[in-house]
Amino acid sequence: MSVLKLVGISKSFGGTRVFENVDLDVEKGDRIAILGASGSGKSTLLRCINLLETPDAGSIEIGGTKVGSAGRSGLRISERDLQALRLRAGMVFQQFNLFPHMTVAGNVAEGLSTVRRMSRPDARTRAIMELARVGLADKADAYPARLSGGQKQRVAIARALAMDPEILLFDEPTSALDPALVGEVLGVIEQLAEEGRTMLLVTHEIGFAYHVANRILFLAEGGIYESGTPDEVLKHPRRPLTQHFLKEHKRFQF
Amino acid sequence: MYEWDFGPVLAESGVLLAGFRNTLELTATALAGGLVVGLLLALARLSPRRRLRWPAGVVIEVFRTTPPLVQLFWFYFGLPIVVSVEMTPFLAAALTFTIQSGAFFAEILRAGIVSIERGQWEAASAIGMRPHQTMRRVILPQAVKRMFPSMMERSIELMKTTTLVATVSYADLLFQANELAQKTFRPLEVFTLVALVYFVAITCLSGLGSLLERRFARSGEFAA
Repeated sequence: MSVLKLVGISKSFGGTRVFENVDLDVEKGDRIAILGASGSGKSTLLRCINLLETPDAGSIEIGGTKVGSAGRSGLRISERDLQALRLRAGMVFQQFNLFPHMTVAGNVAEGLSTVRRMSRPDARTRAIMELARVGLADKADAYPARLSGGQKQRVAIARALAMDPEILLFDEPTSALDPALVGEVLGVIEQLAEEGRTMLLVTHEIGFAYHVANRILFLAEGGIYESGTPDEVLKHPRRPLTQHFLKEHKRFQF
Repeated sequence: MYEWDFGPVLAESGVLLAGFRNTLELTATALAGGLVVGLLLALARLSPRRRLRWPAGVVIEVFRTTPPLVQLFWFYFGLPIVVSVEMTPFLAAALTFTIQSGAFFAEILRAGIVSIERGQWEAASAIGMRPHQTMRRVILPQAVKRMFPSMMERSIELMKTTTLVATVSYADLLFQANELAQKTFRPLEVFTLVALVYFVAITCLSGLGSLLERRFARSGEFAA
């Protein structure tokens, strides 16, 4: 069953093309890792899916319904449809973007009470449940400033999960972390993958992508340059830019 | 050598106290009204709608760039001529200082709002929050805390500027002091006392501000 379908998505910034005519079909339970050199448009593609960036052209279907309509300057969408779309696609950011003036539980409960109109006590109960899932129930009443980077990112994941999204979008979730803290966040993502969640993951952790993803997209030259199973793309890349990218990544491995 | 004698002044201190009460009343009214007006002006100025944006800009700029005394005279003497309304000294003063401090608060708030990182907007919209919800729940609380010291400064400035209302015969502390000075022939003592009253009142106000600021810091939301 198709959860998300992108057809002919294009995006440019001030005349500079990021990508053009990208098609992507995401099935339920897919774990898709998006790789590519910096500037290849990985994050922009992810941000186009929940319309944090507006694509210049193309259409997005989520859960079988088309999002917005084609307008003069790209996709047009009502505020209500936009909200519905974002509730179906949860996003985790590279910089966590936790709300610093709310406690950890407050961060996770915010969407439940403000958007889903849940009562505050119910929202808090649900928030603590989600925090337990990422191993942080004991930090419920702490403020984000008191957490490590890895803990912050796990809270951000709990915040996204609380909204019951059908698809999770991870935008370089470990790139802002100390190497020692990467493991705890990847562990949570792996656990979500094992639960059968649908996810798109922009990452530089190639080893992790190999183990967790069922499909790899390699972005280059303004589009999906090569795609396939982890074995196909990461072990036996066919095209030169993919081969070069992987070789560069292996340069300092031992 | 001048011989200080506070006796006659202190004997009539009730006059000054009444003036002080009026000063506080005006300051509190202008402060409360100014915060509301300031918030509305700031939101209008940041609105994507041009029809809201530019009138707010005009009000803010007019009240920031004209002397408060001129504004006060305009409301007290001018407005009753332009539109036939009864104007009392208090009403004119309250109007002037509400809008005037609103204009300054608007600029402070606007600066605070735009200083909040884009990621906060993105995170809120990613969990489905609408722009007005994001503003109320995520952006404004952070902006107000960030701008608190500037707003405190502006409030102190406001309390001092209200002394101008003596010119339209509103019986504030300074107006009463003038009366008392003429009555007792002790202007030096009267104005020394008045300065002391302002000093104590404003020191208390800013002490309260620092206390609040420390409480914000203790909530731990600012990275140590």
